[in-house]
Amino acid sequence: MPRRRLALLAALTLLAALAFMLVAPQGNWSFLLGFRGERLAALALVGASVGVATVLFQTVAGNRILTPSIMGFDALYGLFQTGLVFLLGGVGYAALDARLKFLIETAAMVAAAVMLLTLLLGRGRTDLHRMLLVGVILGTFFRSLAGMLQRLMDPNEFAVVQGASFATFSRVRGELLMVAALLALVALWLAWRQRHALDVVALGRSVSIGLGIDHDRLCQLALVVVAVLVSASTALVGPVAFFGLIVASLAHVVMRTPRHAHLLPAAAMIGATILIAGQTVFERALGLQATLSVVIEFAGGLLFLFLLLRGRPA
Amino acid sequence: MRLTAKAGLAAGLLLALALVSVQVGVGDFDPAGVLTDPGAQLLLFVSRLPRTAAVLLTGASLAVAGVIMQVIARNRFAEPTTAGTAQGAALGLLAVTLLAPAAPLFMRMGAASVTALATTAVFLVIVRRLPPTQPLLVPLVGIVYGGVLGAGETFVAYQHDLIQYLGTWMNGEFSGVVAGRYELLWLSGAAAIIAYAAADRFTIASLGKDASLGLGLSYGTVVALGLVIVSIITALVVVTVGMIPFVGLVVPNLVSRMMGDNLRRTLPWVAFAGATLVLACDIVGRLARYPYEIPVGTVFGVLGSGLFLWLLLRAPRHAT
Amino acid sequence: MIEIDGVSYGYGTTPVLRDVSLSLPKGGVTALIGPNGAGKSTLLSLMGRLLPLQSGRVRFDGLDVARTPSETLALKLAVLRQETVLGTRLTVEDLVAFGRYPHCRGRPGEADRQAVAAAIEQFELGSLAGRFLDELSGGQRQRAFVAMTFAQATDYLLLDEPLNNLDITFARSLMRRLRSLADEHGRTIVVVLHDINYAAAWADRIVALKDGALVVEGEPEAVFRPDVLAAIYGVPIEVTRHQGRLAALYHWE
Repeated sequence: MPRRRLALLAALTLLAALAFMLVAPQGNWSFLLGFRGERLAALALVGASVGVATVLFQTVAGNRILTPSIMGFDALYGLFQTGLVFLLGGVGYAALDARLKFLIETAAMVAAAVMLLTLLLGRGRTDLHRMLLVGVILGTFFRSLAGMLQRLMDPNEFAVVQGASFATFSRVRGELLMVAALLALVALWLAWRQRHALDVVALGRSVSIGLGIDHDRLCQLALVVVAVLVSASTALVGPVAFFGLIVASLAHVVMRTPRHAHLLPAAAMIGATILIAGQTVFERALGLQATLSVVIEFAGGLLFLFLLLRGRPA
Repeated sequence: MRLTAKAGLAAGLLLALALVSVQVGVGDFDPAGVLTDPGAQLLLFVSRLPRTAAVLLTGASLAVAGVIMQVIARNRFAEPTTAGTAQGAALGLLAVTLLAPAAPLFMRMGAASVTALATTAVFLVIVRRLPPTQPLLVPLVGIVYGGVLGAGETFVAYQHDLIQYLGTWMNGEFSGVVAGRYELLWLSGAAAIIAYAAADRFTIASLGKDASLGLGLSYGTVVALGLVIVSIITALVVVTVGMIPFVGLVVPNLVSRMMGDNLRRTLPWVAFAGATLVLACDIVGRLARYPYEIPVGTVFGVLGSGLFLWLLLRAPRHAT
Repeated sequence: MIEIDGVSYGYGTTPVLRDVSLSLPKGGVTALIGPNGAGKSTLLSLMGRLLPLQSGRVRFDGLDVARTPSETLALKLAVLRQETVLGTRLTVEDLVAFGRYPHCRGRPGEADRQAVAAAIEQFELGSLAGRFLDELSGGQRQRAFVAMTFAQATDYLLLDEPLNNLDITFARSLMRRLRSLADEHGRTIVVVLHDINYAAAWADRIVALKDGALVVEGEPEAVFRPDVLAAIYGVPIEVTRHQGRLAALYHWE
């Protein structure tokens, strides 16, 4: 049965992609194919990255409410971006190759994320609400700090970073697509290779050690993968707070299995489908430009409340 | 005696900060010229004094609103921005701006108070259903609830090109304060004084419904009064200068840590600490990138969330 | 054979175990007893490499726990901790199947499926196999977890207070199953027990700890003496026999 559902999801993703490419064509076809093709690839990459990152993160954290962005991950990326502008100055930042910047930011992200989360997960697995609240406030802290740094800059330099703080699915930063895709694909492949071991990690630390898994090392690997995926998606479109939560919850509901061999591809395809189909609807049918992220935020927030209030999330 | 000494010290600190605040600004201000120079008088009475007064009133009343919110939500981590109150006020303002753009100030103010009251009441209903053994669930639910409200507002504002308005309501800034544009804040100061008059009732209400009933207090009435006070203070601040998150959270927690929770004794200190902290942040915001200004909401965002994290991580596990 | 040499352990500056040395022969059921805070669970966790050793050595049939790769150890010994609540929603059958992970690394073959079926049968979980764990009672969940460790098919089985939350019926039937695992399947079982009467009734050997140190070890007959028990628990305990079986009485002065 899971196989049939995966096939169905694949068909849906394909359908959404076709709709995105073909609905309401403007201009000549070769330009359109190139232009839309690049955005399609970016949307698919972001959707898949966020979906897989969230499933992985929830497995490591041992519950279904935590997500990387709720724990302040993408706010952290924003802080690093701003920090880099602050250090280099607007001109220096602009002179630096976009891909190199992305790599620097990703490396900082991986280091910080692993440190932060090892700390948080290490002390807090038993106290979910404290951990959640710390994450939410950390996000605010990183955002405020980035905001403060931005204000300390020259107003001209400020403009350089301001574009990065809002999620926009209509303006994708194409120059980063290749390098982000490369990194994300490596990360996705690493996660896929560990799919069976991840099934065991989901059972908790002592059970997985008992079954001969190097639990702590695997968790760190998973967190590195998560950090890379979040960096890639945030670099391409900006922060998307509750999107991961929606995708991971849907993946669990649709697949109804604890197997990562099924969950990971399902999350990737669901994430890609939502973004591609949503963007098609909002941009072409409704004529609304950058509001998909707001709608996702709204729906995701409601879902989060529902999950919390349904009781006993741990 | 020690209390008077402390109070004197506090008053001195506040006065010193206020004097600094009056001094700091883009225009040159010569204190010696106040008596003779009409230009200096104008600057003082139109810009510097109103701004300082606005900062003090905002800081003090927001901190008091935080305490009251914590009493009626029966949770240490509740405050107007973690209970949907500020977002509710913005909702009312957005509605008035869309439906009756020409509405006078007091009507905008009234609409903001009513919606703030409504969204906070909904929050309290949700909170009553949460298990009392999970104190941290309350702010978490409140933050997301506020986020959902905020996303809805952003969606509507985006369609009507009002995003910038939303930004000024939710991120407090005093640079626009001049005489004639802040006086509503005196009302929020008055609301804080009403809260002080009822301080004993709020202290009893914080002990819980049963304890209140046992002492012959109408719990529902006190909660309703608290709800009105919090909503009015929040709405006034949002309308005039914009919300400053975390003031109502951090200040009461710090004061409670040092002096306990008898509001009759602590409420003046809460108001004082709120005023001082916000004024300090405003001065920092004015000086850090002189002659540009950093909004006080941003400065306090860093300080407040930092302090909140510290509170969270060092609080003993079973603190509520 | 399990060899424990000079094992000490501390959390921060608080010592939990002090220089414990012990050697347990292969086969049979060994009960670890002692008052709260004696270090029973810590010792079991160290044996099962759930905690890293700070000093001393633990060996199973010559395999050093600190040096042997974790996946090799998973074929030698299975550990079951107290908590049986999971973040993930699994069916009983899924859970038991995870016991085969050390053997198949996530790609179960025919032998693995048979082992899972046997474990489900052995612990009478057939009617519950498709149910989700969070829909089961504490006792049923406990049984599912024990079945998982059984499916792991290791020579050694370490269990930390498996009788917690179990009523008399379930506690008794779990002990009987452990007994039969030792007698009929030749497994070596080490189990932390709270109730000393269970230890007397079902174990071949009793190891008593107090304040992190080994107090006494031996057959139930040797440990069940009023002076020995009183020294361990610090309260007067009367030992009696009912139809040839040992029993400790401690509710009356």
